Amino acid sequence: MLNERVRIGRVSFLLLWVLLTVTSVARDIPDYQGFVSDYANLLSGSERTSLEMKLREFNSSTSTQIAVLTINSLEGETIEDFAIRVAEKWKVGQKGLDNGAILLISKNDHRLRIEVGQGLEGIIPDIIAGRIINNIIVPEFKAGNFSRGIDGGVEAMMSAAKQEYDAIPGKPPTAAGRSGRTVGNLIYLLIMAAFLPVFIFGGLSRRRRGLFWGGPFGGFFMGGGGFGGHSSGGGGGFSGFGGGSFGGGGASGGW
Amino acid sequence: MKAWQIIVGILVILVILAIAVISWGIRVNNTIIAKEQTAEESWGNVQSSYQRRADLIPNLVEMVKGYAKHERDVFAQVTEARAKATSMNINLGELTPEKLAQLQQAQQALSAGIGRLLAVAENYPQLKASDNFRDLQVQLEGTENRINVARNRYNASCKDYNTYIKLFFQRIIAGMRGSQPKPYFEAEAGAEVAPEVRF
Repeated sequence: MLNERVRIGRVSFLLLWVLLTVTSVARDIPDYQGFVSDYANLLSGSERTSLEMKLREFNSSTSTQIAVLTINSLEGETIEDFAIRVAEKWKVGQKGLDNGAILLISKNDHRLRIEVGQGLEGIIPDIIAGRIINNIIVPEFKAGNFSRGIDGGVEAMMSAAKQEYDAIPGKPPTAAGRSGRTVGNLIYLLIMAAFLPVFIFGGLSRRRRGLFWGGPFGGFFMGGGGFGGHSSGGGGGFSGFGGGSFGGGGASGGW
Repeated sequence: MKAWQIIVGILVILVILAIAVISWGIRVNNTIIAKEQTAEESWGNVQSSYQRRADLIPNLVEMVKGYAKHERDVFAQVTEARAKATSMNINLGELTPEKLAQLQQAQQALSAGIGRLLAVAENYPQLKASDNFRDLQVQLEGTENRINVARNRYNASCKDYNTYIKLFFQRIIAGMRGSQPKPYFEAEAGAEVAPEVRF
């Protein structure tokens, strides 16, 4: 029985190794260079800058993150498989909200895909992503206007994504989100204050480890970490994507 | 040293050892539970993505029926395959390699049925060009992609869990818990090949 198990263990280890070798054959995922990563040079310098600024502004006003990636070739992989690998590595969108999307274009394969984060699937369903590709981007690409296609596509994605945030009556989206968080933090602080003695005296027996960071304080100070990249000032900077997750939603197309 | 001192010393060491072993066991147990939960979650996603595809099929059948009423056996085949596929709702705890193979077979039959439906649609340019049909096709592609992603993630979480419970010492706790390794999805033979078309 034990021998059998050891053998199974070895076989599965071998399988794992084979799997790893096979996956390592697939194309490397490029690093992002900001919201726009134009490895296929489809945009001019100024077009790229203005698109980058637009996406930064969109991020800081709605917290929705849209990334654009152009590559020369998929090197034999399907665009769907490549796109989900990019999404898993880059983690576009805010953690917990999963409000990220990626516009991916492979120049030589003539393929493109809009990968939609799980939190946006409701407002950018596959049908909408498909229409943006087929009705807005593809006609421009067919005519050779890459920058117009990309820009139009991004604009369409932004207006689709805005619907949900605009649906919140009254306050602008970020203000609503922030005040919600402040109230949450306030409640948390009150609860903390009430339980403070318990934490301190309980913490003493737990030695140094749990007293501050490991205890509920950790939860408070670490909380909101998911909003990384959500800069509060003006147009906002870019400090990496926020940790959004994807489930394979979106649509693909070709030109 | 007196005898009682030695005995107390040994007892203390034994107690410390017992505490160490028990706390290690609890930690391993918790890790197994956490990994099991991740696997369960990813299995849930596999099932809901299959369900999502099944939900699209009545729509697709109705749409094609509007143009090709006479293709009765194709409609019957798809409807039957759908009924069979949706009737298989398996908890991860009860999932055996055989059951997973059955499920995969049922889902493959459904894929083949969808393939035949789409092939029928190919013969009707008016249907093919309609916005509704194109939207439905995008949705179908989307669900296929979600199924793919969900299956890969299930396999990954499954691998993580299986590897862990097979580790030398961890196996003891896994044995006490009765934790069984969970089956993987196999790559579907010929999944990349376009479905067979018969008229």
